[in-house]
Amino acid sequence: MEALYAVTVGVLTACSIYLILRGRSFPIVIGITMLSYAVNLFLFSTGRLVLNQLPIIGNQPDYTDPLPQALVLTAIVIGFAMTAYSIILAVRVRGELGTDEVNEPNQNDGEAQR
Amino acid sequence: MFSQHLVVLPLLIPMLAALLQLLPWGEEPQRYRRAIGIVSCIALLIVAVILLLQSQQGPSVYALGSWQAPFGIVLVVDKLSALMVLLTAILALPVLWYACYGEDNLGSHFQALFQFQLLGILGAFLTGDLFNLFVFFEILLISSYALLMHGGGKQKLRATLHYVLLNLTGSAVFLIALGVIYGITGTLNLADLAVKIASLQADDAHIARVGGLLLLIVFALKAALLPLYFWLPQAYAMTTGTVAALFAIMTKVGIYAIIRVFTLIFGEDSGASALLGYEWLWWLGLGTLAIGALGVIGSRDLRLVIAYLVVISVGTMLTTFSMNSERSITAVMYYMLHSTFITAALFLIADVVAKQRGKTASRIVKGRKMAQHAVLGMMFFAAAIAIIGMPPFSGFIGKLFILEAARTGAQVALLWPLVLGSTFLVMVSLSRAGSRMFWHTFDGKPGDISHPKGQLITIGLLLCAIVGLTIFAGSISNFINGIAYDVMHPASYIEAVLGEGYSHE
Repeated sequence: MEALYAVTVGVLTACSIYLILRGRSFPIVIGITMLSYAVNLFLFSTGRLVLNQLPIIGNQPDYTDPLPQALVLTAIVIGFAMTAYSIILAVRVRGELGTDEVNEPNQNDGEAQR
Repeated sequence: MFSQHLVVLPLLIPMLAALLQLLPWGEEPQRYRRAIGIVSCIALLIVAVILLLQSQQGPSVYALGSWQAPFGIVLVVDKLSALMVLLTAILALPVLWYACYGEDNLGSHFQALFQFQLLGILGAFLTGDLFNLFVFFEILLISSYALLMHGGGKQKLRATLHYVLLNLTGSAVFLIALGVIYGITGTLNLADLAVKIASLQADDAHIARVGGLLLLIVFALKAALLPLYFWLPQAYAMTTGTVAALFAIMTKVGIYAIIRVFTLIFGEDSGASALLGYEWLWWLGLGTLAIGALGVIGSRDLRLVIAYLVVISVGTMLTTFSMNSERSITAVMYYMLHSTFITAALFLIADVVAKQRGKTASRIVKGRKMAQHAVLGMMFFAAAIAIIGMPPFSGFIGKLFILEAARTGAQVALLWPLVLGSTFLVMVSLSRAGSRMFWHTFDGKPGDISHPKGQLITIGLLLCAIVGLTIFAGSISNFINGIAYDVMHPASYIEAVLGEGYSHE
């Protein structure tokens, strides 16, 4: 289970890094969303992977760590808000600048004008 | 009863103020919103002063919901946090006052976003555990995203997009770092981490060091250290003057986080993880200093010049910090106070200048005379002297502290030429800007846009803070010495959070 889990997180991260390094806003936003999935999975695993246990100490011999679950929940909520904002921003950039290139296509001209 | 809950007030005040400001206030909402904002900032200032006085008796800990550390969430006020809270409060009041003269009408909800921004910044200074540091970082980031866009415009939009995407990636790295550290130590409380990390052995210590360095990357992104500073000049130069002035404290949040985490958790007594990242900070700080100086001399826009001055100050502070002595912490803290006020004042001056010059705006070219030429010229002159670091203002004292903090020959050989060289380049650049914009004006009648006196007074207040820092340099440096001692000897912090005898295990 651990190996499969680790591979999943790794593949997600690798794909997201590839997408983030693209020069257009849409793939970058998708990449960042994917990275946040990978991070959430990773955070969840920091309490070690345990099957079929309650997050309560004392009732049974074994238990699962409740803290990473709380952390992941917070991270999901925050990540959701951030993703929503970045999508809106990307759409506005596309609308106002007429391109979804993250860098100015003619950056040298812009530098010269300043 | 009241004094017991004092610690949480710096968070509650801006949060309540922001919520009140969001209410529909009828026909003319802005008047009420401004009043609420100003009252909130004044209240913050009072609370911050009381906290500072209280922190003299040792750190106070506030356990939210009365769940005790290390399992519960705690807010901690020691001397360092108290000073940062006070610094934020002193900065916020004049900046908000300045914004109340119409700049807050450029976009919706400026006032509420301003308070949320304060909430995030103050929370980052007060929190006692790493995960809440992340949460407060996100609060300050999401309001800063919206504030950066304040006023709209294409240039701003692109700068904001860069800023947002970089910081989203930064947040992901922050969470990975938290996961790594939690996975090894099983705690995220700063004081508890300090104890646990110090006792790690072999492989576990290696993993903890990876987590620590990931944290360093995140904080360096916030602070704008060398390879991660590229977002800063554009973002700060494009946004409105008020927002840029408020953001004078934003890079300091990153520096505060570095000081807090890398002295408490990865400080001298941390066993296998001792003094993690100090070497990096030294070299990258020096690089930032050099790049910032080149940026200052190469910019042809006054606001861009000031943005690069922020980069220089970051480099200066982190390099000084990495020398790791009480003296260097004192120097960093004094310089931090100085540079926050002076950058904010300069951004506001540049904003006024840009508006009054009309078409040439803040570009460093010959332009027409401004309506309030003499006053602005005087203020720019005073601010320039202060940030260059010439006597008689606090910049001089700050640089003196920093130069004194270098002890070994190698430190002197690298730090002195870079600090003094950058000072020289800043002087050249600012004298060029000043003489072009204030002396070499076109003949003919001056522009007709003038600013209300109150707005100029707010800039005056920030400059007064600089004068105050200069006059009371002696007593302030005494107080900061106390901070430096506490930072270098974190036992009192750890004991305050975890209870007696914990740190000696």
